[in-house]
Amino acid sequence: MERIEVLKTYKIFIGGQFPRTESGRYYPLKLKNNMTVNVSLSSRKDFRNSVVAARSAFNGWSTRAAFNRGQIIYRIAEMLEGRKEQFLEELKQLGYSVASAKKEIEQSIDRLVYYAGWCDKYQQLLSTVNPVASSHFNFSVPEPMGVVAIMADESTALLGLVSVIAPCIAGGNTCIVLASESKPTCAITFAEVIATSDVPGGVVNIVTGNRKELHAHFSSHMDVNAVINCNSEKEFNKTIGENASLNVKRVFTWNKNWADETEQGPYFITDLQEIKTTWHPIENIGVSGIKY
Amino acid sequence: MAKNETKKLEYFTDWKYAPAPEATDHINLKKQYDLFINGKFVKPNSGKHFDTINPATEQHISRIAEANEKDVDSAVKAARGAYDKTWKKMPAKERAKYIYRIARLIQERARELAVIETLDGGKSIRESRDIDVPLAANHFFYYAGWADKLEYAFPNRNPAPLGVAGQVIPWNFPLLMAAWKIAPALATGNTVVLKPAETTSLTALKLAEIIQESGLPDGVVNIITGHGPVGAAMVQHKDINKVAFTGSTTVGKWIQKAVAGTDKKLTLELGGKAANIIFEDAPINQAVEGIINGIFFNQGHVCCAGSRLFVQESVAEEVIRKLKDRLETLIVGDPLDKNTDIGAINSKMQLNKINEYLKIGVDDGAEIYQSSCTLPDKGFFVRPTLFLNTSQSHRISQEEIFGPVLAVQTFRTVEEVIEKANNIPYGLSAGVWTDKGSRIFNMTSKLRAGVVWANTYNKFDPTSPFGGYKESGFGREGGLHGLLPYLKF
Repeated sequence: MERIEVLKTYKIFIGGQFPRTESGRYYPLKLKNNMTVNVSLSSRKDFRNSVVAARSAFNGWSTRAAFNRGQIIYRIAEMLEGRKEQFLEELKQLGYSVASAKKEIEQSIDRLVYYAGWCDKYQQLLSTVNPVASSHFNFSVPEPMGVVAIMADESTALLGLVSVIAPCIAGGNTCIVLASESKPTCAITFAEVIATSDVPGGVVNIVTGNRKELHAHFSSHMDVNAVINCNSEKEFNKTIGENASLNVKRVFTWNKNWADETEQGPYFITDLQEIKTTWHPIENIGVSGIKY
Repeated sequence: MAKNETKKLEYFTDWKYAPAPEATDHINLKKQYDLFINGKFVKPNSGKHFDTINPATEQHISRIAEANEKDVDSAVKAARGAYDKTWKKMPAKERAKYIYRIARLIQERARELAVIETLDGGKSIRESRDIDVPLAANHFFYYAGWADKLEYAFPNRNPAPLGVAGQVIPWNFPLLMAAWKIAPALATGNTVVLKPAETTSLTALKLAEIIQESGLPDGVVNIITGHGPVGAAMVQHKDINKVAFTGSTTVGKWIQKAVAGTDKKLTLELGGKAANIIFEDAPINQAVEGIINGIFFNQGHVCCAGSRLFVQESVAEEVIRKLKDRLETLIVGDPLDKNTDIGAINSKMQLNKINEYLKIGVDDGAEIYQSSCTLPDKGFFVRPTLFLNTSQSHRISQEEIFGPVLAVQTFRTVEEVIEKANNIPYGLSAGVWTDKGSRIFNMTSKLRAGVVWANTYNKFDPTSPFGGYKESGFGREGGLHGLLPYLKF
């Protein structure tokens, strides 16, 4: 008799762990092989738990050496490379052709490597030493914004997700990402990649569910610093902007064609940075100056 | 002297200063000001003007036009026309020359502007003369130079102006905030409609005269006056591409909500409740001066004021004693007197708000300490105030008072003070006082605020980016970073 395949229960990813949604709800997703996946229909409570996890992880992640963050993101690329076959199969089950699936995986890996390299470089592009007219040393540096809530691209299963997580965490932020509703399985498998890449628990949290239900919660939570929607939903984006005003969240609409190689760059990182300016007096006593 | 005995600070308090009033006879003020639209002063559609008074004497100074929606519309149309017809086509180096001219004209008329600023707003002449006006001129001068160098600031990004910028500014630094808004907007090729605060419109209107004198093409800068609804109409106007606001967090949130779902680019510079942190190894006398400057500068009407003092427990007694001594020496009164440290509260409304917070502080159980100075009979004045024994949960430790009121807390460890300093929705600024270099960098990197002053406080410069984290707003003003809010790529 033929061996019966062991099927995976697709969970969500919060604080480095894989729970099902606390709500017990699901939505069915039919795969190309006619099997049905019962995807977690995440609730507001799942999102709130994710924010707690992301906030707890923020201090550790943001104060980690930039070089180390780069190594960890590079490690994610390594893990993804090793799991190419699994993603290829999953993407096919979501309706990708072999060629397009292969391209999406390779682009995702390359994008991770690209942002891994930025981790300890964007600071030098964005920092300034400011020539103030008084006797002070004055400089400005970028610092991560904090907890970022992201509604990922609906049209891609993996590339859109990777293209927003990578610049967000490269810059020292932590995030909660809502996966593509119609293509959620790869996002959860990608969470398994993250879980095995030395990314501390809580830095990346991935939930699956319904944007119509969750966008209001993503934008109104008082402990979220920035909210990004990668989809051009005028009505949602208006609500997101309005809710964001509750605690002056930074709002971004990153509705991009992520397969386009120009849709990557340091400005995705720096969008999610604050600029801090520091002043310190310079002693101004004594007559000896610079003569040589 | 034994180690633990501290001498009372000697400020020679028995030396009384003779009055040193700044002359006011050299200034030119009209009896009534109209709106500055398309290069001309025009009557407001409403036909209404309102009084502007001197908050130090409650005497009438002049009358200011009350704009309405129609005026807002014609100002935006003028700005749009100027953008399309002249400003966006003008070579950047020529644009720069106009901005340089404005800087020079401010410098030439600096004293007049300083006196008017003090008359209209109540701030001490020392501050308007030495800080507000020179910084305003310098801001124009600094950004003028950026106009033809933007491609070096943002290489390979094709920086382009946004169009028409609608700007709303507060009453605490009227001319300086106008400069912070207008200078970068013009340098990046945008045109402007600016609304000053209703209690302090005069220096913005004098700036309008200067702009006229500079020959800046008509409509590039329009200045409309009035109350809140004028600002609201401007923010909601369909043909504005950019909204820049400095003011309270409450209004800032309203604006963010109002522009949600539109393509308007937004920057907000909102309230603050800065922690000023004194470690036991700090140079205490300097730190005391820093605390005084941090909270009493401009009557405490400063969004980045150091309004929460954290003193390490081991030196708390000494610091508080010295602080009380120093408080006694502050000269409160006539803002036009060159010796005055603390001038008038900007308006009756603000005075009421501060007094309400004084009551809240006492009711919440904090210990109040005020200077024993005599206050003038007329005008809006408050005694410089300390609240001791406050805790993190007191409203006076959480909410922005925007007055000369300092809430004092003590702490023991670095971890504790970082936690307390950051545990607040605001994140505009912070101060750290310690002699230990490594501790300075530990603190300045962990404090979640946009500007951190170490062993100094309340310093500003056109080259130095300023702006908040969290509910203190987003976007930066000053420096290279201050160009970003007015550009698209």
